[in-house]
This record gives sequence, structure tokens and C-alpha cells, in this order.
Amino acid sequence: MEMTTAQVWQMVAATLVLLMTPALAFFYGGMTRAKSVLNMMMMSFISVGIIGVVWVLWGYSAASGGSSVGGLFGNPFEAFGLQGMLSGEDFDAGVLINVGYQATFAIITVALISGAIADRAKFGAWALFVPVWVSLVYCPIAYWVWGGGLLSSDGAIGSWAGAAIDFAGGTVVHINAGVAGLVLALILGKRKGFGVDPRQRPHNIPFVMLGAALLWFGWFGFNGGAAAEAGQAGLIWINTLAAPGAAMIGWLLTERIRDGHPTSFGAASGIVAGLVAITPACANVSPVGAIGLGLVAGVASALAVGLKYRWGFDDSLDVVGVHLVSGLIGTLALGFIAVPDAEGAGAGLFYGGGLAQFWAQLVAAVVAIAWTALATAVIGLIIHKTMGFRVSDKDEETGVDLTEHAETAYEFAGLGTGSRLVPHPATSSHLRQSPVPTTSTPTPGQEN
Amino acid sequence: MYLITAIIRPERLDAAREALQAAGVAGLTVSEAAGFGRQRGHVQVYRGAEYAVDLLPKVRLEVLAEDTTAPGLVDVLVAAANTGHAGDGKVWLHRLDDVVRVSTGERGPGAV
Repeated sequence: MEMTTAQVWQMVAATLVLLMTPALAFFYGGMTRAKSVLNMMMMSFISVGIIGVVWVLWGYSAASGGSSVGGLFGNPFEAFGLQGMLSGEDFDAGVLINVGYQATFAIITVALISGAIADRAKFGAWALFVPVWVSLVYCPIAYWVWGGGLLSSDGAIGSWAGAAIDFAGGTVVHINAGVAGLVLALILGKRKGFGVDPRQRPHNIPFVMLGAALLWFGWFGFNGGAAAEAGQAGLIWINTLAAPGAAMIGWLLTERIRDGHPTSFGAASGIVAGLVAITPACANVSPVGAIGLGLVAGVASALAVGLKYRWGFDDSLDVVGVHLVSGLIGTLALGFIAVPDAEGAGAGLFYGGGLAQFWAQLVAAVVAIAWTALATAVIGLIIHKTMGFRVSDKDEETGVDLTEHAETAYEFAGLGTGSRLVPHPATSSHLRQSPVPTTSTPTPGQEN
Repeated sequence: MYLITAIIRPERLDAAREALQAAGVAGLTVSEAAGFGRQRGHVQVYRGAEYAVDLLPKVRLEVLAEDTTAPGLVDVLVAAANTGHAGDGKVWLHRLDDVVRVSTGERGPGAV
């Protein structure tokens, strides 16, 4: 079977989106302290691993492939393991490619949450949270918005309030991850020294900028991968350039006026805020509308990241300030700046559509917020009250790289010397030559 | 014999080293240091949050000198490292009982 250009593009786009999660690992990793950068990056990487498996087994079926269970989710067992999708009468290569494309969205949504719990989460608890959350929170919301469920035009809520526009994931990805991040930050509690300890500042801004650059690169696939035709694809590409550009300018101007200096960290953050805001709107606003949206999102997120200090929630890397705030701005802005389609439907207030579209956007946002807040709280609290979501104070002090992973990101002179190498014990007994030092070296971080 | 230790601004290191070499110094040791004195720290801003940095980066320069040359070298060092502002650092002298050149075992002033 020949591949169509649309199929080729969607496979390329899926590959671009998959790169966004390792990119996020660098974006987040640079913001943490040097002693927890590996753990931060691992929370993103393990999302790729776990959801790559979950998606094939039941995730796709629950989010999209299975038949409707009350409009709430797809039957997770119907396409379990992608059974029946690989050959036969109903075989559709485009659908198979779309399974992979959708998987990359689920992966990055979960990875985004990890920024709220930097420096202090148990890796095992996170590795349990990932598959449970993606199954019970991400899959249903994706089904409501994109799979024909509750919030779509035929769904129970969508047919009442109107179908919300969410082209690439303002509600499904960013509002969802932002609220989940806030809930987990509240459950785990503040880092020791939050808002007081000056050592809790980003340890590697070049990593942050590298991550932002790779996120932007991947985002062209994220926004554009589902384009229905070439004109729409071109518009999405341009909007995905213009909005983050304007948001970067907005963030830097805010810093220049308020703090005196435009920072590189602010430039990287502005790019991401603009990308988040344009995500739901990328196919439904004009390029000038995208610039206005980006500018507002950049300024708003630059101001919002300070709220955690005022209100005392340790959303460590600003998942709320960037993803929830700019995700809401992009989602709600469609009520004003959405350009009507060829039939004149879906127009925002500025295009003569009245407030109907704004109402649909608001309802979709509220429904997504309500479900993710409730379900994340239940999942998070069960994990926290049983196995514990947070490391001990002592491990937090030592650094989670060492205590959770037995590694350190950087070997500075002295710290890695004067020690002993034992190759894998099961395979290296023949290497043990005469006198091995008799004093046993305690495993780093576990001496008591 | 003296050990001259200088804590100076990192950006004055090249000038200090060139001046000492011109004055006949054949070897010296440099290491990174951090500290505070009369110079105030600075403020870094990350996403609007201010972090005060009050231990500032400095360079520690150590050079051995004979009794006759030590006072002159201190003057050379101070002149080269001076910018006229707080934060220029300090230079001090330490009298030494002995010095050994590791490669030859030579001791005393000849090893300086």
C-alpha cells in the first residue's frame, strides 16, 4: 500500500512530538538544583517508557479506539494490544499511524506534571502514578474532546454548551497537566527551604534554553500533525512561529519593566508559554490573532509564576504558571478570536459569533479542571498515604539523584576520586586480584 | 623565604601574572576561591525571584619568594591587581622555615 503524503507527515509529526518529552527533560532538568537534575530528567524519560507500553495495551483503546462507554471513555479492552487493527477487513493504515501520533501526546502530558514536584518525589511513586493517571485522567479527557465523548458536538455536554475548539490540546494537555501539577504540589508539600533557600535556583540555564529550542521544534509536529489539508497546515506552522515569538517578547518586556533585566530564562519560558497558548487555537486564529494571543500569554505567565510564593504552593518549575495559565488563556481566547470555518460556524465574539463559542470554551475548561483535580487528588492521595510520594527529609537534603538513582550528574574534582570500582559482581570475579582494600566503602547516600 | 598569597579579582589575574613574570618570578600557583569582604554581593533574578549572591568569585594566587625579592613582588602584585574599588582583594606574606623542590630534593632558597 502506498503511503499518502498526509500519512508520511503524521509519522514525521509523531516523531517530532516524541522528541518533545526528552526536550522537556532538559527544559526542566536545567531548572532544578545540580543534585536532582537526573531525577528530574528521569521523570520525563520514564513517561516515554511506561506510556509507550500502556498506550499499545489499553491506552489507545480507552482514549480513542474502543466503543463509547457512556461517552466517558472508550472500551479499554476492545483494541487491547491493538488487536484487530493490524490486518483484516477493517485495516486502516492511517488509523495505525494515528495510534502512534496520539501516544506522543499522552506521554508529554504526564511528563509535564513532573515539574511541580521537583527535588522531592519518590521515583517509584512517580512510576506508579504515571500509568494510573494516564489511564484514569488523560484517556477520558482525550476521549471527551477528541474521541467523540462528552465534550464533542455529539456528547452530553458538548451538545448542550456547544463543542469547544481544542485543536492540539489546550484542555487535554495543558490545562489538564497544569491542574494535576498543582494538586500533586499540594499533596507532596513544599520543598524544605521553599522561598527561603537561595540554593534553590536553576543550575543550568543553557539546558533550559536547549530544552525550549527542542520543544519549539517538536511543537510544529504537535500542532501541525493533524492538519486536514495543506492550507491549514501552513496556517498552523505560521501561528506556531508567531505566537511563541510574541510571547517571548511579552515575557522579556515584563521582566525588563519589573525586574530591570530581560533574562535568558525568561526568553525560554516565554517561548513555552506562547506555544501552550497557541496549542488549542493554532488552526482557528489568524496569524495576527496568534501574535496578540502570544503577547497576552507571555505577559500573563511572566506575572503568574510569582503567585506560588504569595500563595505558598511549591509548584517548583511553574507548571501552573506556564501551562495552566497560558493553556486557559489560549482555550478561552478562542471565544473571542476564533475565525469561523467555511460554513460560518465556530466564530468568536470578534468575528460576529457572539458569546456562544466563549461559553463552549469555558464549559470545556471547567469540566477538564474539575475531573483532573478530583481524580488526580484521589490517585495522588492514595499513593501518598500508602507507599508515600515524598522522599525523607534526609534524602531530600542529600539529593534525590544519589538517593533514588545512586548517581550524580556531575563529577566535580575530588568527589569522584579516592573511591573504588567494583565491576558488576556477578560477572567480574575473575578481575578481583590481590589485595582488595578491606575497608568497605558504604554506598553513597546510604550511610547511617 | 616567603609565601606571598593574594586574593584578587579574576579579571586581574592575567595582568598580575604578566607583571610577576616580568619581575622575574619563575612559577606560581592559581586556584579558584570565593569569599566576601567590603565589596557587596550581587542579585540574580530567575523568573522574577531574586537570589542574593554574597560569596563572590575570586582568584587565589600563591608565589614563593626569597627574602630580598618578596617586598618588591608584593608591590608589583598590588599595582597589577588594583582597580581602586572595594573587592580588589588582599595580599599577605608568610615567613617560611623551608622549601623543597620535589624533583631534585633541593632545599632552602635555591628551591624557591
